[in-house]
Amino acid sequence: MQKSAMINNEIIRKRLAKRYAKERRFRLYGVASITISIAFLLTLLVNISLNGLPAFQQTYINLEVNLDEDILGVTSSSNDKEFLQGNYSKAIKSSLKTLFPNVKGRKNNKALKQLVSSSATYQIRDFVMDNPNMIGTTQSFWFLAKDDIDVFIKGGIDRSLPETDRRIKDLQLIWIDQLLFDQRLEKRFNFTFFTQSDSREPEQAGIKGAVVGSLLVMLVTMLLSFPIGVLAAVYLEEFAPQNNKWVDMIEININNLAAVPSIVFGLLGLAVFIGLFGVPRSVPLVGGLVLTLMTLPTIIITTRAALKAVPYSIREAALALGASRVQMAFHHVVPAAMPGILTGTIIGMAQALGETAPLLMIGMVAFVANVPQGIADPSTVLPVQIYLWSDSPERAFIERTYAAIMVLIGFLVMMNFIAVIMRRIFEKKF
Amino acid sequence: MSFSVTVIVLFALLLLGYFVGRKRSIYVSKNNTKPLHSLPQYYGYLVALWSCLPALLVLLVWTALNSSVISSMTISYFPEQVQQLSKDDLSLLVNEIINLSESKEVLQDSMKQAVVSKYLHLVELSQQLKVGVVFILAFVGMFIGFRLIKPHTRARNLVEKLVRWTMVACASIAVLTTIGIVFSVVFEAHQFFKSVSISEFVFGAHWSPQGAIREGQVGGSGSFGALPLFVGTLLISFIALLIAVPLGLMSAIYLSEYATDKFRAFAKPMLEILAGIPTVVYGFFAALTVAPFIRDMGESLGLQPASESALAAGIVMGVMIIPFVSSLSDDIICAVPQAMRDGSYAMGATKSETIRQVIIPAALPGIVGGVLLAASRAIGETMIVVMAAGLFANLTLNPLQAVTTVTVQIVTLLTGDQEFDSPKTLAAFALGLGLFLTTLLLNTISLYMVRKYREQYE
Repeated sequence: MQKSAMINNEIIRKRLAKRYAKERRFRLYGVASITISIAFLLTLLVNISLNGLPAFQQTYINLEVNLDEDILGVTSSSNDKEFLQGNYSKAIKSSLKTLFPNVKGRKNNKALKQLVSSSATYQIRDFVMDNPNMIGTTQSFWFLAKDDIDVFIKGGIDRSLPETDRRIKDLQLIWIDQLLFDQRLEKRFNFTFFTQSDSREPEQAGIKGAVVGSLLVMLVTMLLSFPIGVLAAVYLEEFAPQNNKWVDMIEININNLAAVPSIVFGLLGLAVFIGLFGVPRSVPLVGGLVLTLMTLPTIIITTRAALKAVPYSIREAALALGASRVQMAFHHVVPAAMPGILTGTIIGMAQALGETAPLLMIGMVAFVANVPQGIADPSTVLPVQIYLWSDSPERAFIERTYAAIMVLIGFLVMMNFIAVIMRRIFEKKF
Repeated sequence: MSFSVTVIVLFALLLLGYFVGRKRSIYVSKNNTKPLHSLPQYYGYLVALWSCLPALLVLLVWTALNSSVISSMTISYFPEQVQQLSKDDLSLLVNEIINLSESKEVLQDSMKQAVVSKYLHLVELSQQLKVGVVFILAFVGMFIGFRLIKPHTRARNLVEKLVRWTMVACASIAVLTTIGIVFSVVFEAHQFFKSVSISEFVFGAHWSPQGAIREGQVGGSGSFGALPLFVGTLLISFIALLIAVPLGLMSAIYLSEYATDKFRAFAKPMLEILAGIPTVVYGFFAALTVAPFIRDMGESLGLQPASESALAAGIVMGVMIIPFVSSLSDDIICAVPQAMRDGSYAMGATKSETIRQVIIPAALPGIVGGVLLAASRAIGETMIVVMAAGLFANLTLNPLQAVTTVTVQIVTLLTGDQEFDSPKTLAAFALGLGLFLTTLLLNTISLYMVRKYREQYE
């Protein structure tokens, strides 16, 4: 009897040990899956920051340019038209020539000119047009370096590779070393990235146009989706008759729309807004309209949740004091729910800000080199700019893609941060 | 007067109407023995709405119809024989007139010159008429509203009625959107299926729409067998779910059953950040970091993965939908009544045994609903696959090869300058129809399952 009990005990203890081991393993799976997810997130963020940070600096080249009348082909008394036709690239060429007088041959001369970005000519032109009395003097300029030079200075090109595998020729390496030795090459903060729009030349490309485009699209989206979303939610929550077929259909519709792929909204925008109503392509107006339809379900759902959280006693108190139902809703319930409504709206806006696919459908992928002036100007938005640059073969564009992603994520973090703060400050506990 | 200036003036009139109405109602109530029905501001709203709404409506309708009415009137200016031309030629001619009128050059062709000047006259006339009509309406409306300020006018009821109808209209926009999606996609897809049979589209194994650039081209009209796209989409979505479901579910279980409040407060927002990162960022990461990594790994194992393998896009997409799975499962696990857990513990079960044998079976319908929702997300996801998956249709189930998906093809077919009714763009709408129906089906089933599940425990 005692023996069998002991065996039983033994079996139970063994099984218990097994069961506890299983329990520990199960817990471990849970911790592991959270760790993996967070590790992926951190990898993503660190990878982007490490690759994007260099793009916030840009290499500049210092040259002494002789603003000679004969070279430029303009005099201090020239008119604007003549100024625009001046031969400024010749001035740069000759200034490079004085630094490196031994360069011979067409090909090598071209390589020499490839050190400086093509924007240098415009820089000189603008200087000369602003200061015509400086013609004839020699001035010191800091020019943007060509993207390959920039990438090399930041360590993106291996100089030990054979010349044919490198974007920079041996001769250029010698010149760069010379320039570095003369302290004529310098890395500075990349203002161009924030003050210029898209360009075919990586060193001249910036995100200003895309950021302004994004802001315009957000403005349209916000102005339309906030009032429409809130009114719809108030109707469904406060006024809609119970067990009404039409109201049920609206509810099911909203829940379904929240899960429809965003690209389908793009197809709708293409067929209805552009095809039917004739809204021009690529403009913030049509982008905003499409994103409005896309964010409406989010705003309606969160607004309804916020309205539900307002206790019924507030409604009853308002009605008891003689308020009409509309007064009750707009004077008491909506203000009480406002923090939740605004939080939901900001989250919806953040979603819209990061959205790319529907905007590709309505033609916001065009190359736009100007900053849009209004909601009817062709423009692009930040996520689409990221998509466009990510396709480019130039290394400098890849670097800028990472930097643009950092800016985009920065905006999103800011919006979510505001949402959290607002929830903390204004949230009422009933 | 441009459109925006007109609107701004109308808004100024709206404000004016409000103040005038309010002042007037106070004046009326002072000089009247019978009290007014509503508060003064409601009479203000009434006057403001009367002065603004009809005018604004006319303005919008006029602006929307303006160009089409003017072009049809321009056609009538052409000589008889020109009007016999086909519809397409006529619209081309009208476009030419519009372009010419903008350039303001003096033309050689006297007929066109005459039409251009008539057209310009018409545009100007329409503009002046529009502004005139709008402002006359605004002032007439303001006068009507002003006359309505009487003791027996129920201003509040009138205003509130309008507010209610506005709310109904706003709520109906959701239904209109769905109808808009269905109609636009179905209409274009119908055009497409006139030239390509449905069975060829669904079961055809060869997809190369690039051939159909122009009519009568050598090499035929391109082939539109979308089976490889469907298989590719399912392959990538399947890989994504293979990543997201175990990780998301285990995270949810740990967070809701084991984690301390402190850990939960840290880990839950971290997981939600994953859902907030734009998909274009994931796509870039997949294409530039994950795909080369997988290629190197595969090569070191002696395999030959494609540089745009389905695996890379699938893994990154899986990570993206982890938070969807985890937050939905979290809600659902939390909704399982505590009594069921207590019962299981009372029988001597460990925590993991309770979870595996009691909670998961009880929560299964809800979890399946969440997984279906995640699947619909994965199928409809666009940017990750556009940037990290292949472009060429490849009928394979090997995750190391490059496949293309429905969304990738929609984007490639519709970006760039296309004629609106070429088979290529129409094919994109047919694909969109398939995508919409699939996700709609998945969403409906999953929403139904989640709702049924909730009702079970309420």
